[in-house]
Amino acid sequence: MANSLKCDLCPKPATVHLTQIVNNKVHKVDLCEECAQAKGVTDPSGFSLADLLLKASLNPEQSDVGVRCEQCGYTQNDFKKYGRFGCPHCYETFTSSIHGMLESMHKGVTHTGKVPRRALARKNLHERLSQLEKDLNEAIKTERYEDAARCRDEISQVKQTIGQEPSR
Amino acid sequence: MKSAKSNKPSGKSRRVKPMTIESLIDTPSELTDASNSKTAIVLMTRVRLARNLASMPFPGWARPAQREESYDICRDAVSSVPAMKNNLSVSVTELSELQKQILVERHLISRELSGAKAGSGVVISQNQSISVMINEEDHLRLQVLRAGFQLKKVWNTINDLDTALEDHLDYAYSPTQGYLTACPTNLGTGMRASAMMHLPALVIAGQMEKVVRAVNQLGMVVRGLFGEGSDASGSIFQISNQTTLGEAETEIIKRLDSVLRTIIEHETNARQRLIENDAGKLFDKIGRAFGILQNSHLLNSAEAMNLLSLIRMGIDLNIFDEKERPRVDRLFIEAQPGHLQHAQKGEYEAGQRDLIRAGRLRSEFANFSQPDFSNAGNN
Repeated sequence: MANSLKCDLCPKPATVHLTQIVNNKVHKVDLCEECAQAKGVTDPSGFSLADLLLKASLNPEQSDVGVRCEQCGYTQNDFKKYGRFGCPHCYETFTSSIHGMLESMHKGVTHTGKVPRRALARKNLHERLSQLEKDLNEAIKTERYEDAARCRDEISQVKQTIGQEPSR
Repeated sequence: MKSAKSNKPSGKSRRVKPMTIESLIDTPSELTDASNSKTAIVLMTRVRLARNLASMPFPGWARPAQREESYDICRDAVSSVPAMKNNLSVSVTELSELQKQILVERHLISRELSGAKAGSGVVISQNQSISVMINEEDHLRLQVLRAGFQLKKVWNTINDLDTALEDHLDYAYSPTQGYLTACPTNLGTGMRASAMMHLPALVIAGQMEKVVRAVNQLGMVVRGLFGEGSDASGSIFQISNQTTLGEAETEIIKRLDSVLRTIIEHETNARQRLIENDAGKLFDKIGRAFGILQNSHLLNSAEAMNLLSLIRMGIDLNIFDEKERPRVDRLFIEAQPGHLQHAQKGEYEAGQRDLIRAGRLRSEFANFSQPDFSNAGNN
């Protein structure tokens, strides 16, 4: 690494070189004396490499420069400044620039854990309901009364299921 | 998004009963009163889950009105689940600096929440084993803590709480990236599982640095007592998982469990070695700690923690009576600045606190069981 002499967090020359192996992946961080001190790297009680990797991975040559989250107005620059996202939708907005960061930070890039089944089932039912209501209107407009009747029956079924849900 | 089930009126019209710190301190709690011989090396196990509402900006980016709105939604949902019956719900603006400090010292809120703007708060369960921070870095930070090494039990409790909340809240969730969090370091499971470990023998033997490095290489993090950036006074360390994406919760817990068991083994061996090879030095440290606690007139927080740590190891090693354990564990909390000032009903400078702290410890150790070194290490 010929050009790894610069600190990952500031423009000063790097004198502290850290290597951590997480799940057979090698992570390297180069820091100057001050940043190493400030980040507690020399502190035997431990420090968070993930945090360092996060900041180090926010380099400027990224694809989402100039992109703004349509939901909350967050920009790539805001992310660089705060290291946090603005809203859940930002993960879609900045998807191309976070992939590499997630890869270096986590064990994998795909969630394999808990699924909020109840919430998702509820969301699906509500989506189904609004689709059926649209279909019903369309069927009435075009005088397809058999289809309309079918929609109406299904709507009452879905509504009943939603009503049986523990809440809402 | 508001709960239809909640029978209390929602929103700002609802007056939250102000929490009295007195009742919280006087109620027996998981952290201060549940210690026993099984909590020897692992003082406490904790799991936290980061969750967010799908349709709201994250707290750090939300406008004040949005913060208030998500606070109301979350607080009503959390208050309505059965596990949080008779909870204490309070916003940061209702708390004094001292009260916040006491909650931090009890691990019920984070330092970040204690410095948060309006529209943030916490809901604490009656036995103080569950706390839910609202609008810290994420909309919700659920936390369950229990005395001793109970990783799986704690996970089951928090998993049930989280599932119960699903009935009331639409979580920000992506099938591929999991639970969406303000910081990408928590993405996926949003879970941080940790154990607070008392490792005095590894510290005395100078092996802690080696342990930290080994644990880091296994993808786990070691921190001081109060999390990131805090020091490890009292030889108390927090060990937790570092990554949250690409691995299921139960796998992370299994891995952490095996790391913790290995550390327990190392600490136990280090204690055994100290007794076998250097008993005089070890007994001297414990005996001196006892003498200082009985006789000193000025003790700062860090020194008090280190002395109590030695007494605690003395209990583990049968030098002091086992019945003293809950008292020592309670003193770990009550010798800290917030609790100390609260007990004295006033605010004091650090120097005055050292005087008060030493006085409190002198009176506790005046009627403490006498050390017996003849039976050390034999259980």
